[in-house]
Amino acid sequence: MSTDVENAPANDVRKAGRWLYSSAVFLLCAWVIVPLYFLLINTLSSPEAVNAFPKAFIPEFDTGSLQFFASFAGMLDALKNSILVAVLTMVLSIVVGAPAGYALSRFDFRGKELFRMLILLTRAFPLPLLALPLAVMFIRTGLDDTIFGLALVHTTLAIPFAVLITFSLFSGIPLELEEAAWTLGCTRLTAFTKVVFPLILPGITASAIFAFVISWNEVFAAAVLTIENRTLTAFLLTNLETSPLHLKFAGGFILVVPALIFIFAVRKYLFAMWGIANR
Amino acid sequence: MAEIQIKNVAKRFGDYQALQDINLTIADQEFMVLLGASGCGKTTLLRIVAGLETATTGEVWIGGRRIDHLAPKDRGIAMVFQNYAVFPHLTVFENIGFGLRMQKLPNDEVKRRVERTATLMHIEQLLKRYSGELSGGQRQRVAVARALAMEPDVILMDEPLSNLDALLRMEMRAELKGVLAESKTTAIYVTHDQVEAMSMADRISVMHQGEIVQAATPIEVYRNPAAEFVAGFIGNPPMNFLPANSVGNGKWEVAGQKVDGPSSSGGLKFAIRPEDLRPADRGLSATAKVIEPLGAHLLVTCDVDGHLFRVVLDSDLSIKAGDTLTLAPQDDRIRWFDPETTKSVA
Repeated sequence: MSTDVENAPANDVRKAGRWLYSSAVFLLCAWVIVPLYFLLINTLSSPEAVNAFPKAFIPEFDTGSLQFFASFAGMLDALKNSILVAVLTMVLSIVVGAPAGYALSRFDFRGKELFRMLILLTRAFPLPLLALPLAVMFIRTGLDDTIFGLALVHTTLAIPFAVLITFSLFSGIPLELEEAAWTLGCTRLTAFTKVVFPLILPGITASAIFAFVISWNEVFAAAVLTIENRTLTAFLLTNLETSPLHLKFAGGFILVVPALIFIFAVRKYLFAMWGIANR
Repeated sequence: MAEIQIKNVAKRFGDYQALQDINLTIADQEFMVLLGASGCGKTTLLRIVAGLETATTGEVWIGGRRIDHLAPKDRGIAMVFQNYAVFPHLTVFENIGFGLRMQKLPNDEVKRRVERTATLMHIEQLLKRYSGELSGGQRQRVAVARALAMEPDVILMDEPLSNLDALLRMEMRAELKGVLAESKTTAIYVTHDQVEAMSMADRISVMHQGEIVQAATPIEVYRNPAAEFVAGFIGNPPMNFLPANSVGNGKWEVAGQKVDGPSSSGGLKFAIRPEDLRPADRGLSATAKVIEPLGAHLLVTCDVDGHLFRVVLDSDLSIKAGDTLTLAPQDDRIRWFDPETTKSVA
């Protein structure tokens, strides 16, 4: 009995701590989930309901807004452009980034540390600063307003992540495994295809998806560098003032969902990139 | 057949001389152990033979064929790695059969050889498992089976037992020795464990600071160490050393006692193994400091003329710390070293 009394203040502190902890978790979750939930409700409501007030908390499951979105002039083209640019970005950033990641993890060369820093530095300059000279250069070379031109810019944005993620993946594969393959009859190339590649495939996929999401979400370069061939983000941005509310919601929803799903799918590898254990 | 010749091999990493002018011939089917402390260059030498490292200068020949310019896969070798390097994305079967598949052998031949080596290593019931589902000892067996399945001319092993616990290591030691003798391959085995080296080797190459100090049979290395380093490195406890002063005509004065020795000008070091001394009426006078009963023997650490000196005596003797012992060295077991060159003097 007496021990209970003595422990009472400690229990109080523990209870208060737990309360603080759970309310903090609740607030953080609400911070992320509530806007997404409103987006969902409004997307799945009829245009009338979207403009009405007060809002329902249960969506009507009306596809009216989405149908309006799909039939809006140029919207489906923009969606198609977004997907094309993102896929191209994904391919380019892996083709360029994965070998760089392999080189960083397996070879010692002069200026290796500098190289690693320079990769990160590509993200140090704000895009608006680069956009004007880029636009001028693209117009001169005829790359302006093309899918490929925009994919190049997005690849530049995605490459640091592709290099860092693949670098940490390759570093996680002991060199001994490759050496064992060499002694068992492999060349450097076949050791890579038979041993290293199968082991890093999931991680490469993750890194590719991440590149996809970066391109998918990017709006500034897309808005500056394209006119006719707008991506979805740029298209929505330029039509922001003129478009009705339910179109904005539907567009926002279409933009958010793939990004959310992809990031959720590859979260393990994004943690790995920052050196957090992913067991 | 697969005789290995290492000719004038040297390796330099930047300013660091890892290996200097190594010459070694390993006979066909011989079990050669490279023994030394970490950083002595033994693993580097093994990797040069394997082709995972290139020698700065020198040549490597296997079975009368110069191979130092060839890729690892073209050298007729197989290697067992310290951390086993079992491929995690393949089953045990595919791991053992990996090299055979690379040689494009027909399926039934792969199956036959995988099953035979798996049975040899007692892992035939694990063939469907993945590396993540195996214990350290089982992974070790897979790694050895994978090397043996290649039926190589030469098998190279880099501290293959160092990650196993003591009991398992002892078991695998005997098993590995048997399996390798049966497979009739030439083997180079790298270890820092002298017990492993003594018990497994046909010959031991003791390495120190990038050089082979002595290459001889285990007993020879133990009884007649070629240099002070070998004498101090091999044997537990190691050899005892005492300074000796010449009194002329091949007679030497060691800790106040007259001992017969080689006729040499200048000073020498007197050396004797701890188990090669007996209590007697005449001999070295030693003061016992610490007595450690080891069951069959007593390990007595004493002071002889101000020098640390260890003896292994029969455990029937009752000795207390502080006792003065008179120890007679067994004449034919006394060795002499030149303190200048640290080499053995006959």
